[in-house]
Amino acid sequence: MTSALRVEGVAKAFGGVQALTGCSLDVEEGSVTGLIGPNGSGKTTLFNVITGYERVDAGDVYAGGRRITNLPPQRVFALGIGRTFQLTRIFPRLTVLENMLVAAQHRGDGRWRSPLARAGGQADRRRAVELLEFTGIAGHAAALADTLSYGQRKLLELAYVLVADPAVVLLDEPAGGVNPSLIQHIAARIRDLNADGRTFLIVEHNMDFVMGLCDSVTVLDYGTVVAAGPPAVVREDPRVLDAYLGTDADPEAGDD
Amino acid sequence: MNSGLALREGAGGLRRVLALRGGAAVLVVAVFAAFPLVITDQLITTIAVDTLIFVAAAAAWNIFSGYSGYISLGHAVFFGCGAYAVGIAARDWQITGTAEFALLPMAAAVAAAIAVPFGLIALRVRRHTFVVITIAVFFIFQLMAFNLWFTSGTNGLAAPFLLWSPTTFNDRFYYLALAIAAGAAGLSWLIRGSRFGLQLRAIRDDEDRARGLGVRAMPVKLAAFVISGAITGLAGALWFFFIGQVLPQSGFDPIFDLTVALMAFLGGLGTVSGPVIGALILEPAQQYLNLQITNNYLSQILLGSLFLAVVLFLPRGAVPTIGEQITSWRARQADRAPASRAAAAAVLAKGKSP
Repeated sequence: MTSALRVEGVAKAFGGVQALTGCSLDVEEGSVTGLIGPNGSGKTTLFNVITGYERVDAGDVYAGGRRITNLPPQRVFALGIGRTFQLTRIFPRLTVLENMLVAAQHRGDGRWRSPLARAGGQADRRRAVELLEFTGIAGHAAALADTLSYGQRKLLELAYVLVADPAVVLLDEPAGGVNPSLIQHIAARIRDLNADGRTFLIVEHNMDFVMGLCDSVTVLDYGTVVAAGPPAVVREDPRVLDAYLGTDADPEAGDD
Repeated sequence: MNSGLALREGAGGLRRVLALRGGAAVLVVAVFAAFPLVITDQLITTIAVDTLIFVAAAAAWNIFSGYSGYISLGHAVFFGCGAYAVGIAARDWQITGTAEFALLPMAAAVAAAIAVPFGLIALRVRRHTFVVITIAVFFIFQLMAFNLWFTSGTNGLAAPFLLWSPTTFNDRFYYLALAIAAGAAGLSWLIRGSRFGLQLRAIRDDEDRARGLGVRAMPVKLAAFVISGAITGLAGALWFFFIGQVLPQSGFDPIFDLTVALMAFLGGLGTVSGPVIGALILEPAQQYLNLQITNNYLSQILLGSLFLAVVLFLPRGAVPTIGEQITSWRARQADRAPASRAAAAAVLAKGKSP
């Protein structure tokens, strides 16, 4: 059992607020790992720390045995860790295909390409279109990304993270704010990708989605891991029930 | 957009579009090349040279600000430094006559060299803070031009004298300016469609997201800033040779910054042709107003009002707005045909059902 992504004793404070304290997490290679916890428990902060958007105060992050603590986002991405954002972030004034090609330029084939070469070679374009077909939005390739619906944006974000073929994909609420049939569609896509050996770490509030998809679930509360294990076990863990029901009166309200 | 069109229409469609555009570009160049042969009025050719210098400056400004979304109001630093670099070199090395043109590459090099530290400082911040820093750096350079020991202070610098007849003078400067303007526009076109250009435009839309997809934002922004600055410096040097004199307040002119930005906004920020068209409209208009209205402040007020009008009514510029009109008109035309066919099919279907 090798870990694709490992977080060891990470701490992160914003002013006086301790967002993460001694947080440790192990994402097994080829697994779909869920990351759950009440609002404000530090899930998104942990994502930001792993992907280089926030610096840690203490602790370390490893990708496949390599220390990636505090590397900038572009380096983390180059090392094979892609992520999506809770509120989807696409490039609204680029076409859908151009959105795909932004990430395509950084596939690690080691070949030097002139910066003035036209964006997206044959291979990149083919791969981009394949992924758009895979996620089901190939019909919009020529449209400005701005014209996509919220659900389509989620699919585009998933697709362009995959262009560079990252070994680990971090998804921040992939099922948030989208309709049930699209949730099924996204879950099916994640299963397909996982069957090909890709590792996922998923933050999600939708419990059916998490329990149905994940091999392992880690629970955060007040910036620290309170439970980890198979979904069926975690679900019955009293500490988890306490985290969700004991301290937060309305765990479904708002966003973290 | 092109890539998408190509995807739908196939290679044949793309080739047709490219051929059409190539043909149009050749035609435009031919018209510009023939201009001084047809028009010999020196008043007009003088305005034409000025205009082409601004075409180059606006295209250069757009390569950085238009594509990256970082609005620079400090490009006069490069314009002035280009002019001063060749002016100081000509003075100190006693360069006379046409030999001055050999100094042009130096103007670009000096502007590029200044763009590196300027960019490394200013590009650490975004949006409004970036704009304010570019303005601050601009004023620092203007003050330096007034006060440093090697700039000749308020006297400014004079360009080497050229023994050309007035007509030859204007014509030769016209073709030099045309070469620089065409070069700037060509480079802008090349960059927009390139990997580099796509990275810049991704940074414009969402810099942090772009970094998370592997874009090395700082080197990309800095490269665009340096390229943009170098071309602006080149334009500044040519302007200095043409005018024959540079003063701290004319080389480092805040109105220059507003003008190039307005040209790009008017034509269409981040498009290839927009800033070129903006300069082609605005610079002659401004020169004409300067000639017609002796009160200089009035033409500046008009310029300011135009800026407001563009921001209010054409916030994305003329080229994208008109382009959209054409696209939606085409879409309506295309819709009409299938719609009538669908209607016919519906009528047929109704006829069949009992």
